[in-house]
Amino acid sequence: MQKSLLIDADKCTSCLQCEMACSFEHEGTFNPARSRIKIFEFEHGKRSVPYTCTQCAEAWCLHACPVEALVRNKETGAVEVKDDICVGCKVCTIACPFGTVNYNPDTGKVIKCDLCGGDPQCAEACPTDAIVYVDAAWTGLDRMQQWAASTDNKPMANA
Amino acid sequence: MSWQGQILRVNLTKGTAVAEPLNMEWANAYIGERGLGTKYLMENMDPKADAMGPDNVLIFATGPLNGTMASTSGRYAVICKSPLTNGIGDSNSGGKFGAFLKYAGYDLLLVEGRAKEPVYLHINDDSVEILPADELWGQTVWNTEEWIKTKHQNPQLRIASIGQAGENGVLFSAVVNDLHRAAGRCGVGAVMGSKNLKAVAAYGTKGVTVDDPKKFMAIIKETHAKLAESGGRQELTEGGTHPMIDMMQEWGGLPTNNFKEVQFKGIDGVNPAATTTPNKNGHTNLITNKACFGCTIACGRISHIDPEHFTIKNRPEYMHASGGLEYETAYAFGPVVGVDDVDALTFANFLMNEHGMDPISFGVTLAAAMELYEMGVLTKEQTDGIELTFGNAEALTVMAEKTGKGEGFGKELALGSKRLTAKYGHPDLFMGVRGMEFAGYDSRALQGMGLGYATSNRGACHLKHDVFGPDMEDVSGKGKAQPVKESQDMVSMIDSTGLCLFTTAGWGPEDFVAQLDAALPGEWTLERCVESGERTWTLERMFNQGAGQTGADDTLPKRMLEEPAPSGNAEGKVNELSVMLPEYYKLRGWTEDGKPSNETLARLGL
Repeated sequence: MQKSLLIDADKCTSCLQCEMACSFEHEGTFNPARSRIKIFEFEHGKRSVPYTCTQCAEAWCLHACPVEALVRNKETGAVEVKDDICVGCKVCTIACPFGTVNYNPDTGKVIKCDLCGGDPQCAEACPTDAIVYVDAAWTGLDRMQQWAASTDNKPMANA
Repeated sequence: MSWQGQILRVNLTKGTAVAEPLNMEWANAYIGERGLGTKYLMENMDPKADAMGPDNVLIFATGPLNGTMASTSGRYAVICKSPLTNGIGDSNSGGKFGAFLKYAGYDLLLVEGRAKEPVYLHINDDSVEILPADELWGQTVWNTEEWIKTKHQNPQLRIASIGQAGENGVLFSAVVNDLHRAAGRCGVGAVMGSKNLKAVAAYGTKGVTVDDPKKFMAIIKETHAKLAESGGRQELTEGGTHPMIDMMQEWGGLPTNNFKEVQFKGIDGVNPAATTTPNKNGHTNLITNKACFGCTIACGRISHIDPEHFTIKNRPEYMHASGGLEYETAYAFGPVVGVDDVDALTFANFLMNEHGMDPISFGVTLAAAMELYEMGVLTKEQTDGIELTFGNAEALTVMAEKTGKGEGFGKELALGSKRLTAKYGHPDLFMGVRGMEFAGYDSRALQGMGLGYATSNRGACHLKHDVFGPDMEDVSGKGKAQPVKESQDMVSMIDSTGLCLFTTAGWGPEDFVAQLDAALPGEWTLERCVESGERTWTLERMFNQGAGQTGADDTLPKRMLEEPAPSGNAEGKVNELSVMLPEYYKLRGWTEDGKPSNETLARLGL
């Protein structure tokens, strides 16, 4: 079963545990500047929104790469960067409509979410379940269930 | 190891910024943040120096756990000589600034001297610039953050700055970071202003690495779970610190009308229910909760004011969300000034963050002015035509703004309660210790709290000890000295790690030590860490003594010592400081007049 990251911004408190976990997994150090997932805050923190790669089925980045350094992991569905092939041309960073592929000046390669090989550390670290890892075919299940529950149209007691 | 191994020394008189190695001997003796910052202060200035002069040193200190996945790893301390108390100024803050100062590669920032013209500091890894701030001088904290991020095309910059209050030398000015987190107490913002330093902006890509990553991650997994499961943590997430107001009301320890009373008739207008219940226009004050860096508690409140409310009706620039009420702000804008209007309290809180002021000191100073006004000592002519009576919500918000902007009677309130009450001939109406105003707990109803206030090195502070348990077991001074002393040392230790005190909702001392031990080289035991806490406490005491304070400063206002509490659990009682203090000195190994003995100093390596 393929799985996806499911993000619920309403639950995010902007603690950045996900950014630290991501950078620790990939760089061995706690370094939000090198995280593949980012939290954005709006209106003095009224809304905090986690944002990362959605692993497009037809991935612009993958198609744009001139050296085939971006490769689909068939097990996880993630598009991964092969560091030994990447030449740092950054064409993928231009091709991605969402901005989720970024260049790392320290290494001369691009970095993006690779779902940590199927065990995404951001979801593991998130204290509020704003980021969870679920069946890719059913990311809408919770929301469907909420709407389904709202179809209860019996007259309210004491209305 | 989880230190970057270097500090940044900025001399504003000379216009230099130089990185130098972190003194590891001091880091090992003082853990970090509060303790380490105090050591650097002590070694870099004469405690007798003028707090508002160029010889004061302003330190931004992180701890060894800052920037790691340890929960609440974003706290930093601002340390300097306080212009409010003329003793040690030590104020810590959350938000994200502290972690990013460390990510830029600096464990501690030390600012000396005074710039000729207003400047701000822009730190981006190894690039450190002292830049002109003439366009920023006179701007609010909120505008300052936006201006700097735009100027440097870097929305990820984290900024600590002062508002107009700090520029104007309001003695309880705060350093505010990330819009609404503040190193609020002790007037650290006034010191920043005295140096002509408007802001410090930091961003870094260096990361923080721990000594034993595998062990550290295993411990983190346990400590995160332990905190998540604790009832205290769940209460903080749900209500922040605000629910304490209902508890103190019930107990009879909620300072009201400048501490004349200990229970507040208008409680229903200022408690958590007031923030979650829709008002007559259908507006609800509280929107959501929010975390500081690395924090898995998220006790911060995000609120907005009813657009129809008198405070902002014609001011659309305030019709957005921002930091909401926690217990201390609710107390300081509510009961202690007798105001029961939750949106007025929230507006006053916005103003504090925007102009950079400590809500506690402002509220308690205003309360003293209100008492003077009701006594007839102050007249309407002196207060800009405002009725400065207890309960007047307009007086609260108008005076908050005037104080921030340095206008009219606001210039008098800017002095703080001690100087204001002395100026008008009634020093006994100052409710605080060492020149700093009381937090929201009455010393008659919480006796150990009273001892904590009287002995706290930075002045009347509720966060430097933790004796709620013993205090709510019995209302007397009996058996309070020991838990006060022990918790003071423990809190000093926790403050020095770089983590937040509120994690004690779920963690015991051993949890802090386990995280430190995995993050740092060498062996960190509970004994070593607690001793370090005691060392920090004693060093702060030595700073104060060097600045001219004596045991005579370990006292409480007459109102606490002679006027019995009018109601509640302490009805008819006064604070028993004279019983507790000698016992406390003895436990500390201090002389009868409150000086650390030579044996105590030697034992602590001081």
